[in-house]
Amino acid sequence: MSKSILTRRNVLQTGAAAGAGLALPTILTAGSHSGYTNAPTGSTVTLGFNVPQTGAYADEGADELRAYMLAVEHLNGEGDGGMLSTFSSKTLEGNGILGKKVEYVTGDTQTKSDAARASAKSMIEKDGAVMITGGSSSGVAIAVQGLCQEAGVIFMAGLTHSNDTTGKDKKANGFRHFFNGYMSAAALAPVLQARYGSDRNAYHLTADYTWGWTQEESIAAATEAMGWNTVNKVRTPLKATDFSSYIAPVLNSGADILVLNHYGGNMVNSLTNAVQFGLRDKVVNNKNFEIIVPLYSRLMAKGAGANVKGIFGSTNWHWSLQDEGSKAFVKSFGTKYGFPPSQAAHTVYCQTLLYADACNRAGTFNPCGVGEALEGFEFDGLGNGKTLYRADDHQCFKDVLVVKGKENPTSEFDLLEIVEVTPMEQVKYAPDHPMFAGGDLGACNPGA
Amino acid sequence: MLGLEKKDFTLLLIVTVMVIFAPFVLNPFPEGTAMAQMFNAGYPDLMQRFAIFGILVIGFNILFGLTGYLSFGHAAFLGAGSYAAVWMFKLLGYDIIPAILLSIAVSGLFSLAVGYVSLRRSGIYFSILTLALAQMMFNMAYSVLGNPSSSYNLTNGETGLQVYNSDPQVLLSATDPNFPHLFGLSMRSETHLLVGNWDFTLNAGYYLSGLFLLLAFYISIRIFRSPFGLMLRAVKSNQQRLNYTGLNTRPYTLMAFVISGMYAGLAGGLLACMDPLAGAERMHWTASGEIVIMSILGGIGTLIGPILGAGFNEYFKNILSKINDSILHEWLSFLPDGFEDIMVTLIHPFVGKGWHLTLGLLFMMVIIFLPGGLVEGGQRIGKLFRRKKADTPSDETPVE
Repeated sequence: MSKSILTRRNVLQTGAAAGAGLALPTILTAGSHSGYTNAPTGSTVTLGFNVPQTGAYADEGADELRAYMLAVEHLNGEGDGGMLSTFSSKTLEGNGILGKKVEYVTGDTQTKSDAARASAKSMIEKDGAVMITGGSSSGVAIAVQGLCQEAGVIFMAGLTHSNDTTGKDKKANGFRHFFNGYMSAAALAPVLQARYGSDRNAYHLTADYTWGWTQEESIAAATEAMGWNTVNKVRTPLKATDFSSYIAPVLNSGADILVLNHYGGNMVNSLTNAVQFGLRDKVVNNKNFEIIVPLYSRLMAKGAGANVKGIFGSTNWHWSLQDEGSKAFVKSFGTKYGFPPSQAAHTVYCQTLLYADACNRAGTFNPCGVGEALEGFEFDGLGNGKTLYRADDHQCFKDVLVVKGKENPTSEFDLLEIVEVTPMEQVKYAPDHPMFAGGDLGACNPGA
Repeated sequence: MLGLEKKDFTLLLIVTVMVIFAPFVLNPFPEGTAMAQMFNAGYPDLMQRFAIFGILVIGFNILFGLTGYLSFGHAAFLGAGSYAAVWMFKLLGYDIIPAILLSIAVSGLFSLAVGYVSLRRSGIYFSILTLALAQMMFNMAYSVLGNPSSSYNLTNGETGLQVYNSDPQVLLSATDPNFPHLFGLSMRSETHLLVGNWDFTLNAGYYLSGLFLLLAFYISIRIFRSPFGLMLRAVKSNQQRLNYTGLNTRPYTLMAFVISGMYAGLAGGLLACMDPLAGAERMHWTASGEIVIMSILGGIGTLIGPILGAGFNEYFKNILSKINDSILHEWLSFLPDGFEDIMVTLIHPFVGKGWHLTLGLLFMMVIIFLPGGLVEGGQRIGKLFRRKKADTPSDETPVE
């Protein structure tokens, strides 16, 4: 034990300090100041961008982050304004959100649910983020959506394609602009039937988590409905980088179609392995062996190189679309970064704008007000044509693109060509569709 | 006091003071400044992590520090505890007491089984066995037992186990908060203390974790000073010799293993109480590796080391991963333009997504220059000051 020496001087000093401490206006607030979590008080508002910077989806995460920064620029009136001018709602004037300058914090989800939640928590608790957005990987998106519901902030989902995000795991505070596995299947099936016939044997390799499961379920159901037979469904770990041990059994299974329910780095590796094993040159059951990648992106096509030629898939958006919104977005993204944006970049850019616009229309950052403004909101001019934010499950409904790996790419970005634009009506489903049943939005939670 | 020697009691007192004042000490910078945005750590989530991982590593240290058995699968017990707690939330309701009790019990059982098998070997073979068993548990949780479409969905796979509105929650009453709580006190409830420009957050969850940390720390001191602890040290120094004297050491090592497994279960349960979701990732072998790193960083076999190591690791993990280029530009804006860009490019690989790299370098530096961990660093600093007074080398028992 240390011995402290009491002198008159010390006593006086301590007394004065303690007195000053007590006299300070100490206000005890149990979060009661404004009625909802992290209500912005100053001249700025903070958004939390929570994307994978490491792991299998790091490329997508990096592109998302670029789009977020671009969106923040545009919202604050810097740059050329991008899709602000083509967006059908005109409340965004380049003066931030509700007159407050937009600031942001970033975090790394590591493509892991735990890490993503920790990162989102620190954004909410430490940085005062009033909205969290991001997430490649549906597992992460669902985990973070649950957290945002508990904490009382809005979650604007980024790249998440699982049916569960707006199905079984839907939450009142969560909103998704991106399409989902069911929509991919509904859009792809007719095209596949036209190209490959209705007598096929499909073999599924599936990323082993919520997105893979629901997409596999959707694709299998849609293709079986048109007469295909599902030979086998094999689950692969999300962390896997070498898929040769999963590809080899395909050769002897009697299958003539390989469906790769993989995304990002997984898909790049599994497709490369499949091509190395000569699957695409094989003839099985007197038919050419074909590979399908239900969820496609330009970043993946770039990673897989020449292997993607002629392979079908679906995508939420592609930079070669010629509507005004897409052109404006591609131009401002290309000017800033020197290459066209991916679908991940597009969806998060849209989500940021949609959130900002909803705040403006609601006149508040309160999650309940913002949620109300987004529910049932119909808009246009964000690159997907007419779009509806359905109130029943907070899912956006819009056209889906069926794409194919280009045979003769003219540049390193021109890798996919649009085969068909499937209209919204064809991919729409009832909110209580069996693949989406079991969930409960619950009530919106404004937090404190 | 409390059955402790004076030196240990002082140490307990120091830790108590640290726990109580952490929300203030960890928030040294006033709100709204750039320094606060980056370096303040006094927000509930991180403080809870300090306390919870402190408990985990204290427990690990009872096994590794005392017996020398290096378990490479401790994260599995943490995960098992978390799953047990979330299941309690799902079935019974958000009361944390049954959750924590079950998580300790479940992890205790798991560690008994794993320990019974693994402790038949020592050294590297023991490490490999624990690693293998833990990785098996991870894969079961991640994939086999986690598929929502199967009828035995125990863990919900990659998404992580969470509580749904449709869960039974038989004990849930209308007045209970819709979040883990202790007799109605939500773990999320907090009080903000605004002093000048400072905003200190006093969070119920943190103080509960802190209380458990103190309890865990106290029990650990008692174990270190007990005859049982002495026996464990004897195992570490020469197990063969003990065996030759006709003593069966395995009950002792198994006991240590189960105790440290229960500590991990407590930590896992608390983790779920602060954030009711259990993900399989926390059982991965890299998470087990992190526990080993934390205990080495702090100082193996010391009492306070685990807490320091856990804090160090969690702090840098959280802070470094959040620094991005725009923040760097803000910091370095005083530099001339071209030079600023060069500096940002140079620092860029070490922050944001490169946080692993920096943490690795820090770890290497600690291992190379302070083999005894942060505790050794503290001792050296202490020695610098002490030498001025008097040279009393006789007093140099290791600070534990």
